[in-house]
Amino acid sequence: MQRLRLFILALLLAFPGVGLAVEPGEILPDPALEARARDLSSELRCLVCQNQSIDDSQAPLAKDLRLIVRERLTAGDSDDAIRTYLVQRYGDFILLKPPFKLATLLLWMTPLLVLLAGGAAVLSSMRQRRLAAIVQSPELSESEKARLSDILERDSVSPH
Amino acid sequence: MIVETGHYALVLALALSIIQSLLPLYGGLRREPGLMAIAPPVAIMQFVLISISFASLTWAHVASDFSLLNVVENSHSTKPMIYKISGVWGNHEGSMLLWVLILGVFGASMAIFSRGMPSDLRALTLSVQGWIGSAFLLFILLTSNPFARLARPPIEGQDLNPILQDPGLAIHPPLLYLGYVGLSMTFSFAAAALLAGRIDASWARFVRPWTLIAWIFLTLGIAMGSYWAYYTLGWGGFWFWDPVENSSLMPWLAATALLHSASVMEKRDALKVWTIFLAILAFSLSLLGTFLVRSGVLTSVHAFATDPTRGVFILLILVFFIGGSLALFAFRASALRTGGIFAPISREGAMVLNNLLLTTSCATVFIGTLYPLALEALTEEKISVGPPFFNMTFGPLFIPIFLAMPIGQLLSWKRGDLLGAAQRLTFAVALGCIGGLALAAWRGEPFLAAIAAALAIYLVVGSFVDVAGRIFVRGASAGVMLARATGLPRSAWGTAVAHAGVGLTLLGLAATGWGIEKVQTIRPGDQIALGPWSLVVKSFEPRDGSNFKALVVHTEIRDGNRLVAEIEPARRLFSTRQMATSEAGISTLSFGQVYVTVSEQNPDGSLDARLYWKPLVSLIWLGALVMSFGGLLSLSDRRLRIGVARRAQRKPASAPGSVPAE
Repeated sequence: MQRLRLFILALLLAFPGVGLAVEPGEILPDPALEARARDLSSELRCLVCQNQSIDDSQAPLAKDLRLIVRERLTAGDSDDAIRTYLVQRYGDFILLKPPFKLATLLLWMTPLLVLLAGGAAVLSSMRQRRLAAIVQSPELSESEKARLSDILERDSVSPH
Repeated sequence: MIVETGHYALVLALALSIIQSLLPLYGGLRREPGLMAIAPPVAIMQFVLISISFASLTWAHVASDFSLLNVVENSHSTKPMIYKISGVWGNHEGSMLLWVLILGVFGASMAIFSRGMPSDLRALTLSVQGWIGSAFLLFILLTSNPFARLARPPIEGQDLNPILQDPGLAIHPPLLYLGYVGLSMTFSFAAAALLAGRIDASWARFVRPWTLIAWIFLTLGIAMGSYWAYYTLGWGGFWFWDPVENSSLMPWLAATALLHSASVMEKRDALKVWTIFLAILAFSLSLLGTFLVRSGVLTSVHAFATDPTRGVFILLILVFFIGGSLALFAFRASALRTGGIFAPISREGAMVLNNLLLTTSCATVFIGTLYPLALEALTEEKISVGPPFFNMTFGPLFIPIFLAMPIGQLLSWKRGDLLGAAQRLTFAVALGCIGGLALAAWRGEPFLAAIAAALAIYLVVGSFVDVAGRIFVRGASAGVMLARATGLPRSAWGTAVAHAGVGLTLLGLAATGWGIEKVQTIRPGDQIALGPWSLVVKSFEPRDGSNFKALVVHTEIRDGNRLVAEIEPARRLFSTRQMATSEAGISTLSFGQVYVTVSEQNPDGSLDARLYWKPLVSLIWLGALVMSFGGLLSLSDRRLRIGVARRAQRKPASAPGSVPAE
């Protein structure tokens, strides 16, 4: 498989830039179907390219895949059925949006986990800081309060 | 002889760099003035030597000296002069040399402009810069020597990859590197603060200009790269969530978070430990970016180095600096005193929210970029993480950021008034809603675009509510208001302008929803309706450049019968490498663009073409320009320029501004 992929890659490098991505001849007459084809294509990876969807790629393989997608659509398949069909043939690698499963759990959950962990850290550090502030300025004890009011009273009584 | 001089200068630069990393470190820790004073002149001399080295390589490229392997592999005698020069960094070895040249620029500027800093902090910072310089100079000399000669020089070179023969190459990498490497300054400052064991608000003032400079260049570099991809790659996309793009976005997100947390530290003496951590994180991510791009570990559009020894070397550098700085952080961070307290609803609180969301989005990009690599390495299972993943995870994180940006500007330090801020934003919210509804009525579907546009309008208007409130006073004359406007600190203007820039970019992104695309064959004489315009294909003309043959499609853009612009999309064939490229024909019309690309000629003489009308698309990059301009305004604030902190520092020399941690 690896060797085959390299071979295809070598072929591609030998004949670079043959056409545009989607070619006029490929377009389906039904605009609704064509729009679905475009949406689907933009979520499918061109397997021999460097990080391009089949919608953007000029590679012959991408063209073949685009044609397969359109054939299936005209045959009346649903979007999910087409995705399943392609995954059976090429594996999850073809999906630019990785499926949600055990192996990708961490991938999908990371944003949420980081947000929650970060939020928890912010809250706890703020609480700590407030506690520290309270400790730094502790409330007066009863005897201290008494002395304070004593002093204040004496001042207000003294005439001037 | 010139080439050997360049090589020798690079070796000398390495020697000086090692001196710079060791002696000032010892001096800074032991407080020995003699050793500390070594750092600045050595840093300047190192810059001079690297410049000599870089100039020699440039000379070899300009003169087409094909006895140099680097020139043979990347140049051709017929290549236009601008690409002979930019071709110097259009390859692995040369781009690494540019990297250390920029490191030298920053080191020397720091040596010259930081005279007023506490001498130990200055020496330690320059020493950390020395460590970085030594690592990368060693990397170049051991694995990526651009000065390698050939025993039997060929007569002609192999030419530069045609995709790189573009003005973009002259601008994009230097800008991006100024950003990447600029973050090394904040990293060195952070490491120096940890080594010295003390940090205070004046530290934040010393670092601020460097962070801003790095952030400005990073913003410009990313925007430039995006625009380059947009007009070169030929299908009108401007952001592909490519690993290489992601590795420039991650430092940007971290640097943006850093700018905000550092401002809290500067004004309120809070968030110190976190700011230090972000400073380390930002540069670590740019090192990671360098590793990902330079090691060839990702096979993506940008990877033009695929030698594993280099990858391992950079990985070692990465482990040394990230591991070392994090260890230092773990040991010393607890010694840093935490400062001012604040209520959750306050300017500080808004900055914390900003940091939380930006860091989370940064983590999202990180995991999305590296997860497929890790999964494949561990389980041999291959998955793809592409645009749909990032759009799904990144979008929800940025909506609260956009919503909160104007609010944060209106909250006061320590304890803010959320209701008051909301009231002051009524006008912005109303304008956003009206604008969104009007666009939805005028342009129709998709409604998501109208919602995003409404958010963008709110953001642009809301960004100026703070400064407007400080300028307009009931009953004041125009002269008074003008005086108030010019009297406002530049940093306040900077914040407003930069935030408005984000809004403009968002507006450009929103408007992509209303774009029009046509894919069809064209012949001379064809007339094609494209949104508000009609395109007339006039002729196909062969036209040759100095190192390529081209077929140019002469096309007129008309508004009804009035000619508004002419474009010439073309197909170029580069004979040396037998590679074809598409040159898009682009015309900017009232912030939108007509964009046309063509493929090779069909047997019947027609061409396959992709034609787009992209309303407001130029705002995506103009917004980034506005953001950088905001950064520049902030940088020009009188109170905060490089070197001003020293005057502020000198006065309260006896005041307990900086408290040693130990």
